[in-house]
Amino acid sequence: MATAAPEAPSAESAAASGIAGFSREQLHELLREMLLYRRFEEKAEEAYSIGKIGGFCHVHIGQEGLAAGAIKPLRKDDLVITAYREHTQAIAKGITPRAVMAELFGRVDGCCGGRGGSMHLFDAEIGFMGGHGIVGGQIPLGTGLAWAIKYRGGDQVCLCFMGDAAVNQGAFLESLNMAAIWRLPVIYVVENNGYGMGTAFRRVSVTNVEERSGAYGVPAHTIDGQDVLGTHDFFARLAEEVRNGAGPQFVNALTCRFRGHSMSDPVSGTYRSKEEVDKQLHEQDPIALLRDRMTAAGELDPEEMEAIDAEVRAVCQDAADFADASPWPDPSTLYDHVYAETNVHGRLFLDGRAGRGAVNG
Amino acid sequence: MAELTYREALNAAMVQEMERDDSVFIMGEEVAEYDGAYKVSRGMLDRFGDRRVVDSPISELGFAGLCVGTAMAGLRPICEFMTFNFSILALDQVINSAAKMLYMTNGQVNVPIVFRGPTGAALQLSAQHSQACETYYVHAPGVKLATPATPADAKGLLAAAIRDDDPVAVMEGELLYNVKGEVPDGEYVIPLGVAELKRSGDDVSIVTHGKMVHVALQAAGKLAREGIEADVLDLRTIRPLDADAVLETVARTNRVVYLEEGWPFAGVGAQIAALIQDEAFDDLDAPVVRVAQADVPMPYAKNLEQLAKPGVDRVVEACKRVLYLVAEA
Repeated sequence: MATAAPEAPSAESAAASGIAGFSREQLHELLREMLLYRRFEEKAEEAYSIGKIGGFCHVHIGQEGLAAGAIKPLRKDDLVITAYREHTQAIAKGITPRAVMAELFGRVDGCCGGRGGSMHLFDAEIGFMGGHGIVGGQIPLGTGLAWAIKYRGGDQVCLCFMGDAAVNQGAFLESLNMAAIWRLPVIYVVENNGYGMGTAFRRVSVTNVEERSGAYGVPAHTIDGQDVLGTHDFFARLAEEVRNGAGPQFVNALTCRFRGHSMSDPVSGTYRSKEEVDKQLHEQDPIALLRDRMTAAGELDPEEMEAIDAEVRAVCQDAADFADASPWPDPSTLYDHVYAETNVHGRLFLDGRAGRGAVNG
Repeated sequence: MAELTYREALNAAMVQEMERDDSVFIMGEEVAEYDGAYKVSRGMLDRFGDRRVVDSPISELGFAGLCVGTAMAGLRPICEFMTFNFSILALDQVINSAAKMLYMTNGQVNVPIVFRGPTGAALQLSAQHSQACETYYVHAPGVKLATPATPADAKGLLAAAIRDDDPVAVMEGELLYNVKGEVPDGEYVIPLGVAELKRSGDDVSIVTHGKMVHVALQAAGKLAREGIEADVLDLRTIRPLDADAVLETVARTNRVVYLEEGWPFAGVGAQIAALIQDEAFDDLDAPVVRVAQADVPMPYAKNLEQLAKPGVDRVVEACKRVLYLVAEA
């Protein structure tokens, strides 16, 4: 892991969970999920390259083990909130690949009707609470979601993802302090790929990620996020502990970003070497790691792997076809959903185009 | 009707709304054990307990964002800023989260939050504690803003803000908290977006909001002694904006002064002047004149502070200017 991040995984890295702890069905499901995320992101890259997707687009290739391993053990009514590298996390929580891809395409059948785009995927019904574009901005929000759970006496947990760079934001430390004061049911998960855009974490930080939560009284755990089985096992246990009142937790999940920061950035270059990335690709691909482990345990043969790949490729092609066929949002809806209550006195919109009383009655 | 202070009226609105809806709670610095930095939340901890009256650490960005998160989950937080000056630390969560959430989610997630506290200058608090923050908030579509000037408006507008399904900022004034006035008993809610004519006169219109209503009324009193009768129109909410009320007073007096506590550049008065020239140009007998804080950070020295603040004499002079009773400044 040394090439991916400044820290090595601690002893707690779920090494205890062996393949024996998983049924064959579970293993295949996790493999399929990760492969689906990989092929989905590759399809998104392809669509971006031909102009079907615009704006900023951050793919999760290399980090699939965390999306599957952290989110799949959750209950349906648990909440997930995250930053902007979130396409696969949205799918993991239950948004369909079609609805995610259509959102990336900016179409009406997207999960936010084309209003959100790549960085703002939401489905409140299933507890996927975004998709936030300001580094660290989702951390107070996730803390608030957990506060609301506790206020109502619920037993859900909130999983709040962030990148490693977000721990240098004030929002992070303010949130951890409050979560600790009120013992909120929130798990903060750092997807520690070692880089904030093109700046290595170690170049802008003296202390490492794992050390950041202790000052606020939030227990820290470092795990190997490339090991999907260990990650899954770890989050299954941690979520239950938090559900049962363990208070906030902080997970430093070591992972690798196999692509550039966004579609407009190179995979390697001035800020990291090609050798570093090649080594990660060779040694730390979460999909290859699980494939090899399952193969060695007699749980997977090459034909099965090919069949899974063909099936998820078809799902992603279908998602792209669906997105491409979906209509653009109706221009008449431009002013919809700026305010929840628009039947008010006076004017809400002052640009003249909405007209005197035309939109707000 | 009972005579209450502005502070007591705000407290009455919060108690009224917390009694009727368990999803309403208040969080902020010093709101619970200390009874509020300005004693607006006096007695609420005893009445509602520490589940619903919550002291926060001094982390404006953090607790404002936390409150927005609770609102995303359907609660109705009252997020108290000790003053809106400190809310500048929290503006990322106000603008990027609260204001845009409903739109980004295509209507899935609304944010029924109230941000409240005092705005504007008090006395000799100098630059960082003396600024009117209205335009920071109304600049962003998705936020509403109420600026009650009287105890009755404080109760009614705050109650409406708490019931509203959108983010609403309620900007009060340190120098208003002790102002007394008649306040209706029982449940009292004033709809957002309805201006109120605080005084009638057909010669000139002073349009204003918040604490400056009192300055406008004093100016109108002075003008009356010289035989000039002024309308004083209190917008009460800046967004939604009661544009019809503005256009009505313009149509009647044909002369408008906009008075505000904040800076003039891209201020509320600039927006109102634009509205009038867009839609009532032919009603004007003189250009709209704006009276605002001097375009400088607030100085500490008493004499300089007085010079920087929009006061009665400047309003009187502005009214005479639009009446062509004095030469151009």
